[in-house]
Amino acid sequence: MSTQDHEERTIRCLVAKVGLDGHDRGAHVIARAFRDAGFEVIYSGLHKSPDEIVQAAVQEDVDVLGISILSGAHNTLVPKIVAGLEEYDAFEDTLIIVGGIVPEDDRPGLREAGVDAIFGPGASMAETIDFIRENVPER
Amino acid sequence: MSGAEAETDRLIEELLAGKHRALARVISKIEDRAPGYRDLVSALHEHTGDATVVGITGSPGAGKSTLVDKMAETYRRRGETVGVIAIDPSSPFTGGAVLGDRIRMASNVGDMDVFFRSMSARGTLGGLSTATTDAVKALDAFGKDRIIIETVGAGQNEVDIVGTADTVAVLVPPSSGDDVQMLKAGILEIADVFVVNKADMEGADRTVQELKEMVHMRDASPLAGTAGHHGMDESALSDDEEDDDGERDGWEPPVVETVAKTGDGVEGFLDTLVDHRAWLESSGELESRRRERTEEEIRRLLRAEAADLVREEVDARGGLDAYVDAVLDRETDPYAVAAEVTAPIRDCVGDARE
Repeated sequence: MSTQDHEERTIRCLVAKVGLDGHDRGAHVIARAFRDAGFEVIYSGLHKSPDEIVQAAVQEDVDVLGISILSGAHNTLVPKIVAGLEEYDAFEDTLIIVGGIVPEDDRPGLREAGVDAIFGPGASMAETIDFIRENVPER
Repeated sequence: MSGAEAETDRLIEELLAGKHRALARVISKIEDRAPGYRDLVSALHEHTGDATVVGITGSPGAGKSTLVDKMAETYRRRGETVGVIAIDPSSPFTGGAVLGDRIRMASNVGDMDVFFRSMSARGTLGGLSTATTDAVKALDAFGKDRIIIETVGAGQNEVDIVGTADTVAVLVPPSSGDDVQMLKAGILEIADVFVVNKADMEGADRTVQELKEMVHMRDASPLAGTAGHHGMDESALSDDEEDDDGERDGWEPPVVETVAKTGDGVEGFLDTLVDHRAWLESSGELESRRRERTEEEIRRLLRAEAADLVREEVDARGGLDAYVDAVLDRETDPYAVAAEVTAPIRDCVGDARE
């Protein structure tokens, strides 16, 4: 196998806005930062249902699913997404991160549901990108 | 059986059984040129050939994604399954990309029978067309009835990529320039069908008119026919192929109007694609295009294989530095170096042939 045939694998990431919240500036900023880090970013657009996010994550075969939620609906929406990924055998090798407003009390529950990391306000972009680079699933 | 072979077998089996995850993973391996991807594509080949492949191209903002969305919706309503590959540019500096066409696939959310996959150009010269061709094979083998390739729409790449499609539709937005634009070489020459999208906008009628005139001028030119028909068969056929109007039995790219946002004209556009397909089959053009495409595919792979051989030979000789020094010192020259490095490969190939 030649060297050119197998370059370093490009990290693919879905940046997802689920549910009713209508603020996507943060998602745009993250999408751009990921792009500049050399990732391939698929942005979902606003107001997506968990099913739509699952469909996109499965078809695009992303390494990382980044869910941005400000609305407070994370406890209902995130488990639905996880269940959908499991249904398509996509949960095991997808790194799931959540960004936005997640109260401290809700964090253990989300981790239990299958979320790998939660980045709240104040988390730096570099920190997020490093976390992804270090934890992206082996395939 | 090695682990990699077992994985290839498993992926192929699951893909053919209709598992979306396996299809998605196969396309990733193709994109990544991951170890074993060649075996994957080889295994897919015998299961391909049933899908119709349409290429959609045109300038940015022409409405390609929205039209593709409505096409997929219409096909689904007719009970057909659809695969879409949407290509977006990647950054030449970081290799990163934002692949944003999926947002416009609003009509098909939650419908897994529309398999939409974003691909980035990944900046590799010639690599994209190979990856696209191979990804189309994966969708075809999976059993998709219709495959749509949507391109970036901003340069020479398109001409390459559409080589994968049986029919190429070029979207032209209204008022997209004066009529001299229409005379310029490039993207307009590859069209089998023109689509003036956003036909409800001002200037649409004029754009349709200009395109029609351009098509007509192309047909009227003494060179018409040779472009689409490849010389030899044309000269053999041309005498009795003229009908009463003196027109050749060729294909004059029709100009259709759509408003993708509302879906107006999409049915008519799809009918035009069916017409083109029928013409491709009856004229023998489909057969000849597929032959040409296969030949080009083989040539491309041959070039890649040969390049690998040369790279290995250069590595075995400890790289090019010493040769560069020698050339700069005028002890030898680049042609002599190239001949020297490739000589053993040439000898081996020559010996094996005899």
